[in-house]
Amino acid sequence: MNRPLLPNPGRRRFLIAAGAAGAAFGFAAAAEAAVSLGPYSGAAAFEPSLWYAIDAQGIVTVNVVRAEMGQHVGTALARIVADELEADWDKVRIVHVDTDPKWGLMVTGGSWSVWQSYPFLSQAGAAGRIALIEAGARMLDVPASSCIARKGAVLAGKRSVSYGDIVARGGLRTGFTEKELAALPIKPAAERRLIGGEFQARDIPAKTNGSAVFGIDAKIAGMVYARPVLPPTRNESKVVSVDESGAKAVPGYRGHLVLDDPSGTVPGWVLALGESFVAADRAVRALKVTWENGPTAKVSDADLQARARALIADEAAGSLVVNDPGVEAAFAAARSKIEAEYATDAALHFQMEPLNALAFERNGVFEIHTGNQWQSLILPTLAKALGRPETSIVMKTYLLGGGFGRRLNGDYAVPAALAAKALGKPVKLVFTREDDTLFDSFRSPSLQRVRMAFGEGGQVTAMDHAAAAGWPTEVMAPFFMPKGANDRPFDPFAISGANHWYNVGAHRVRALSNDLANRAFRPGWLRSVGPGWTNWAVESAMDEAAHAMGRDPLAFRLMMLDGAGRNAGSAPNSVGGAKRQAVVLSRVAKAAGWGAGLPAGVGLGLATTFGQERDMPTWTACAARVRVDRQTGEVKVEKLHLVVDAGAIIHPDGARAQMEGAALWGLSLALHEGATFRDGRIQETNLGDYTPLRMSDVPDLTIDFVDSDHAPVGLGEPATTVVAPAIGNAIFNAVGARVRRLPIRPDAVLAALKTA
Amino acid sequence: MAKFEVNGRNVQNRGPDDAPLLWVLRDELGLTGTKFGCGVGQCGACTVHVDGQAIRSCLTPVSAIDGMKVTTIEGLGAGGVHPVQAAWVEAQAPQCGYCQSGQIMQAAALLSANPNPTDAEIEAAMDGNLCRCMAYLRIRKAVKLAARKGARSGPARKAELRS
Repeated sequence: MNRPLLPNPGRRRFLIAAGAAGAAFGFAAAAEAAVSLGPYSGAAAFEPSLWYAIDAQGIVTVNVVRAEMGQHVGTALARIVADELEADWDKVRIVHVDTDPKWGLMVTGGSWSVWQSYPFLSQAGAAGRIALIEAGARMLDVPASSCIARKGAVLAGKRSVSYGDIVARGGLRTGFTEKELAALPIKPAAERRLIGGEFQARDIPAKTNGSAVFGIDAKIAGMVYARPVLPPTRNESKVVSVDESGAKAVPGYRGHLVLDDPSGTVPGWVLALGESFVAADRAVRALKVTWENGPTAKVSDADLQARARALIADEAAGSLVVNDPGVEAAFAAARSKIEAEYATDAALHFQMEPLNALAFERNGVFEIHTGNQWQSLILPTLAKALGRPETSIVMKTYLLGGGFGRRLNGDYAVPAALAAKALGKPVKLVFTREDDTLFDSFRSPSLQRVRMAFGEGGQVTAMDHAAAAGWPTEVMAPFFMPKGANDRPFDPFAISGANHWYNVGAHRVRALSNDLANRAFRPGWLRSVGPGWTNWAVESAMDEAAHAMGRDPLAFRLMMLDGAGRNAGSAPNSVGGAKRQAVVLSRVAKAAGWGAGLPAGVGLGLATTFGQERDMPTWTACAARVRVDRQTGEVKVEKLHLVVDAGAIIHPDGARAQMEGAALWGLSLALHEGATFRDGRIQETNLGDYTPLRMSDVPDLTIDFVDSDHAPVGLGEPATTVVAPAIGNAIFNAVGARVRRLPIRPDAVLAALKTA
Repeated sequence: MAKFEVNGRNVQNRGPDDAPLLWVLRDELGLTGTKFGCGVGQCGACTVHVDGQAIRSCLTPVSAIDGMKVTTIEGLGAGGVHPVQAAWVEAQAPQCGYCQSGQIMQAAALLSANPNPTDAEIEAAMDGNLCRCMAYLRIRKAVKLAARKGARSGPARKAELRS
């Protein structure tokens, strides 16, 4: 699959400040940033690239354009810079910057941050090191070749000069050509001093004492609070009338707004205003709004599934993401075949911090204060909504009380901005949990059909996979969609995973946009996106195929992970290809005791994936041990083993935390989470009905990393992709019941037991 | 007009007495470390101590705490770092951090009442606190670390005794 256009790592990343020491480009803005971790001297700085500056006290300020939402991303990215720079970690300060065109594309998602940033941040760090060594050598009056840099100083034998003193003296080289940058000596792995090893994340202390500032904590004098009165459907509702007679009795009520939105982001919205959140909240309950419902007001899950099934059945529909010749011939000649349908229900983001935004105009600039994952996506929409150029809108950066993909879609900033413009004063919009859920761009329900053909000896000769769901990228970022073999665009985040690294003979993958879903709600990117549900089909089908052919599911998979042809992998990101996937699968099977006897009702199941994308494979495997109650259909996960090969690991403890959280997300999505779409909206709006995993549900969990010097890839999501199919396969191995729908409910297990 | 004490400071509510304590803390008193999560007492993000007991401030009207002592995450360490907070850092427990004020307040109340909880007791006490990042392994580890280090005799406890 072709990668959609991603941030151009070209010239702009290495725009060098034109002056010498003291160039303060970007520094003033950084000083005001809401999220700043470390000391700040405010002194003049040396900025060898856009990405960091060093001041005369030797403080290194690393500018991080990625959002902090639990991945400790600032720490990881700053360690990359600091390692190549040979900086003193105690003098490194991390700033999560506000929006500015100079940063290029601002997006935090896809498990991309470390993978995308590593190459250019290493180069930027090395550029600074070289410049500092050159200048330091002059101050020490020795040739640069006799100097080294360590811990924020340039050393020549026993003499040294600190980075701060070098910057204070000035005269540093501040320009590198692209050719010079490309040729910079990036340190070999053995010389890494700050990458890897044990260290703590910089953002954590503030998250334990109440001082961490999230978007919901943003405030300004004179702000009016707002809470939305949400229309019956996400799209196409219109306000007919508002009766505020009841609301007028609410103390602190400040009226309401019917939003007029030129960007079309929030049709049919009314905002209740109050002098406090409590007043706005109570006013919402007292306002009587009537709407002209959108045409999707009666759409329910069954309609969405029927539409998906029709799309799958129409062989001419959809985009061909993989389209090998010979698929039909292989099925025609097959000794045997299997076909199965897999489904997943809607899944909510349910990030703990409900959506919110503070908006106001100041000094001719419209400021949006909120946590966000894809500022570059929502800025043009904000410009349209406000009728002003993007250059006069700035998004201020805050910690995110959970992202998980919800805040890639910045739609929640639009109503706050519209209200602030209409009122001419600051508006603080806060959603309740129920508002947040109803306005969620949740993971679309999906339906998939997998067919496999087998030849002599049970070898797979063809695989045909069709997947239908609402497409977030089509709805929100169509420019991000590559084209399939039949020249039709597809949403890579609603099909990746299906284009796996198994050698299955003739392979066809067809991606289908569920147009009814796209109209009835706003499909969203949810942690692990497509691979979070396409692998439910791929890895369940692989197990079904193995059992159908009488093969051991481990040996069956390893046979197909042969690294041949297009699965050989390539530099720099997928060196070793499918053979690395075979390694993690073998290791996890061994660790979990695959093949050993288990008590009745207990089963072990395997699953393996390449994480998120073929050109950023994170080789991941899981073994789940479950206990199934034949009477109740209840599934208890006793143990999860995971093995992952993510290349070099920058922040090992942070990487482990991401694996832990992502694996438990996989478990939660497998057994605990699933939402109902009925009458045009989600029915489970709070924790009474929507039940993510709690501490008492956490099984024994073992996570192993493969030691590797390969290019670092993503870790925020891959573990989510393997857990559900491993559980489904374990259930089959425990009691012979094959479940094909997520979440796995006890009644589905009981029903499957009857046909087992 | 409810009068109560917050982190050792006397305060008087100026808004409606049926307003939830959570919003009085956040919007009136500027103590934003206590978080709004679900609004129905089922996620635990809004947990604070009232007279030493962990309560859900999103469901507690200020009128109900008239004359009582409230401790929020900002006051837990009483000017220092409470052992539970130190354990949270040592275990590198937080991810996004949004639920952690509530988790820490819940854990501090648990350890104050039961200095050496079993795994089952930790789960029973902490199960009402949702962590959407699912950092549960480290939260459990941090509770145990704090227990081992004697969270009960920490600075918050001393502060309570003094006051």
